[in-house]
Amino acid sequence: MSEARQFKDHHREARLFFSRALFAGVVIVLLTALLVVRFYSLQVTHHEDYVTQSDRNRVHVLPIAPTRGLIYDRDGELLAENRASYTLSVVHERVEDLGHTLELLSDLVTITPNDIEKFNDQLRQRRRPFDAVPLRYNLTEDEIARLAVNEFRLDGVEVHAQLVRYYPHGEMFAHTIGYVGRINERELAGFTEEEYQQYSGTHSIGKIGLEKAYETQLLGEVGYQNVETNARGRVLRVLESGDPKPGKDLVLHLDTELQREAFAALEDNRGAVVAVDVKTGGILAAASAPSFDANLFVTGISFKDYRALNQSADLPLFNRFLQGQYPPGSTIKPVVGMAGLHFGVVTPEDTIYDPGYYRLKNDSRFYRDWKRQGHGTKVDLKQAIAESCDTYFYDLGHRMGIDDMHSFGYQFGLGEKTGIDVPNERRGLWPSRDWKRGARGLPWFPGDSLNVAIGQGDVLATPMQLGVMVATLASRGKHYRPQMVASVGGEPRPPELLGEVSVSEEHMNVIIEAMEEVVHGVHGTAQRIRRGAPYRMAGKTGTAQVVAIAQGEKYDSEALSERNRDHALFVGFAPLEDPQIAVAVLVENAESGSGAAAPVARRVFDAWLLRETE
Amino acid sequence: MMPNQDFLRRLPESDRALRKRDRLQQRLHLDFWLLLLLLTISAGGLVVLFSASDQSLGTIKRQGVYFVIAFVAMMVVAQVPVHFMRRMAPWAYVVGVGLLLLVVFYGVGAKGAQRWLSIGGFRFQPSEFMKLAMPVAIAAYLGQRHLPPVFKHIFWTLVLVSIPVVLIIEQPDLGTSILVAASGLMVLFFAGLSWRYIFAAIGALLLSLWPLWQFVLHDYQKRRVLTLLNPEDDRLGAGWNIIQSKTAIGSGGVPGKGWLQGTQSHLDFLPEGHTDFIIAVLAEEFGLIGVLILLGLYLLVVLRGLTIALRAQDSFGRLLGASITLTFFVYVFVNIGMVSGLLPVVGVPLPLVSQGGTSIVTLMTGFGILMAIATEPKRVTR
Repeated sequence: MSEARQFKDHHREARLFFSRALFAGVVIVLLTALLVVRFYSLQVTHHEDYVTQSDRNRVHVLPIAPTRGLIYDRDGELLAENRASYTLSVVHERVEDLGHTLELLSDLVTITPNDIEKFNDQLRQRRRPFDAVPLRYNLTEDEIARLAVNEFRLDGVEVHAQLVRYYPHGEMFAHTIGYVGRINERELAGFTEEEYQQYSGTHSIGKIGLEKAYETQLLGEVGYQNVETNARGRVLRVLESGDPKPGKDLVLHLDTELQREAFAALEDNRGAVVAVDVKTGGILAAASAPSFDANLFVTGISFKDYRALNQSADLPLFNRFLQGQYPPGSTIKPVVGMAGLHFGVVTPEDTIYDPGYYRLKNDSRFYRDWKRQGHGTKVDLKQAIAESCDTYFYDLGHRMGIDDMHSFGYQFGLGEKTGIDVPNERRGLWPSRDWKRGARGLPWFPGDSLNVAIGQGDVLATPMQLGVMVATLASRGKHYRPQMVASVGGEPRPPELLGEVSVSEEHMNVIIEAMEEVVHGVHGTAQRIRRGAPYRMAGKTGTAQVVAIAQGEKYDSEALSERNRDHALFVGFAPLEDPQIAVAVLVENAESGSGAAAPVARRVFDAWLLRETE
Repeated sequence: MMPNQDFLRRLPESDRALRKRDRLQQRLHLDFWLLLLLLTISAGGLVVLFSASDQSLGTIKRQGVYFVIAFVAMMVVAQVPVHFMRRMAPWAYVVGVGLLLLVVFYGVGAKGAQRWLSIGGFRFQPSEFMKLAMPVAIAAYLGQRHLPPVFKHIFWTLVLVSIPVVLIIEQPDLGTSILVAASGLMVLFFAGLSWRYIFAAIGALLLSLWPLWQFVLHDYQKRRVLTLLNPEDDRLGAGWNIIQSKTAIGSGGVPGKGWLQGTQSHLDFLPEGHTDFIIAVLAEEFGLIGVLILLGLYLLVVLRGLTIALRAQDSFGRLLGASITLTFFVYVFVNIGMVSGLLPVVGVPLPLVSQGGTSIVTLMTGFGILMAIATEPKRVTR
């Protein structure tokens, strides 16, 4: 090697390299020129040929939206269906001058500024190129005809039949079934690649209620069609296709007639009704009044309509039975009483004297009974429930203490989400020592137990929770998960037993007899509703003080005093011997559980128990 | 003075015109011109890739990360002294061949090809390493011989070249094996291989085409050549790619259809639009103007590379620099030639534009070597 190096002629090698590099440089320039010539030939000389070719090159894969699953009530009545609707859409890529085309279109069909705004919103979203963007839904026959006549000057405009969700009972099921709406940007951004594909032919998605909870089952699977189109994008022929798989149908426990009766019974009041099938936990009716027409949201609600709904003081969009958290008041007394028996704090025979108030030792405060003069001497547990004696429960609550009361009430689902198959439920509040320390940083005071025992103070429950609680009482301790959906795609969902209340038969009987007294006893608080009933009922009234008004509510001073009145509540079940239906009723600011809420429950009982069965 | 011969011997210390910038480049071991060109192409490449990937920000981010890794690799390699590279050359070659042998026995892959080594979940393609190890090894071997090389050295060079090339053909990976062979043979050419040999080799190659066709090429490789000769034959099969890419390019015209507006690319007519066929997207959306700008940038990179090779301190640097530069051009030419229908479809990505991290890192490492050569401290005399 070193030998070789001695004789290396560096200058000669450098010169040799220079000539080779020069040669390489020339070749490179020539080859690059060759590429330039090639591209010139393709892009300039034969440009027109390839433009034609590119225009002919229109084999598209069109996604075919699957048919969304239908929703039926328990008797097979259709609650959510898909209706053919003619939709006008625009393929932006095929339109030369969008403004001009929109102008032309607005001469032919009615297009509101709202339609244009929604259309522009969708144009801005991520989408596949050459996707048709809907501009107007529900075209009339006339409009379709006018568009057909003018087709030749409307490149990129398409009219096609599309299935659009329709709710025959728009208002009655808005809070249970919910609604579908156009897929928005945020939902689109959250899609996985697979979901993005699944929704390629679909413009809507479940937004709230069952439509949201069962979205995956209802959606189905997307199909496709390979089509050849001409340069204007009109389909010439279908080359190949794969059928979409329709979504699964849902059958609900809900009963349309019962639901209608629940709304009718609430009249013009704000309130909620929950009716539970005692044997299964199935929800027979769930009403939140006032409601709104779910159909408004399907193809995109107008700003005006939305503002009207959103700013209404009656809060029609608010789901009262699932998200409304109210003090349950006396309706929880049967549970508290049962806890007293179970833990041996009282016996059915123990009595107290009720002077109309209760006082704790070393406490100057008077805890008042709702009845000023008191319920008199020798008030026992049955009477205390039947007449809703607060003093008895102050005493019971004080002697039992919060810990036992909390653990017992918990078995009825208080303070816990019910686990119903509708999203966004609230959990209410069933206070405990731990909760108070954590949330308020305060120790538990004896007075707190008194308030909890009559369902006031910090106690909060949704009507759905009260429905579950009373259904658990009606089934003598069986705590079922409430369910809206009875079967998915023909596959039944079995009832789900969440737990059984640990209490003796004897104690259970005492409480149920006491609840019977509420309706059928001489002094029962709800005795008025028994008139003319061919069956026996059990129940409990309640009146809840309104401490504050729901958040976000806009109210004027006149309405204010009305809205500070007490809420009326009633929970009950029937028939007594073999309970089938349990009902929880809440009527906002109606003051009297016995006067306003109990009659609603009676109408619901009647509708269910006296219905004509085939 | 005869500048053509003299500038080769000119010493920087004697050059009073030496500017500040040059000293800075020297210290950083970077070549600013080359760096600027590479950054420009990379940035432009991301713009095209964004469109080609159907506006996937994820793809752009991933590609951006690869660019960062690649540029860092380039700067690191640029710091390595050239004489150290020369000393390490035999080892690099041995390691490279060893890895290729491992691929034969333990390799993993997809679609009937076995190209990867999987080490602890990390996938690695030894043929990429060989793309750089080959020119370094051959340049080191020939750089120490008398140039032009005599028959004995030519023979051994050919042996050194063919061992890894055969291993890569066997994977099978025709595209890469051509590139690796080219990077080795290029050195031989720059070392001054006599034209007699070159013409003889070309003649022999033409004569051997028949047996090559008959016994060596795989079916899919034959099909590619055949469809190149007549793409209309098989419109929906093998010819599809070429027809579609030509349609995309041709319909772009001079000004192009505009960024993100390419119909062929976005209607999914163009296969592999974000990898090997990305220049068709560029041609469709940016037209002939875009193509000319890109070709111009590539040409400037190549010319700058040759200039660096010319200014190198010794044969090793010259041969290596020129080989790396020319290999880069081969990439460009083969890819663009293939997409525009001049050459058969062999899987070669468009340098710095196609999606994919491996090719970018290899390329930039090569440019790192080039920069090391460009900024090698000048020796006064031998």
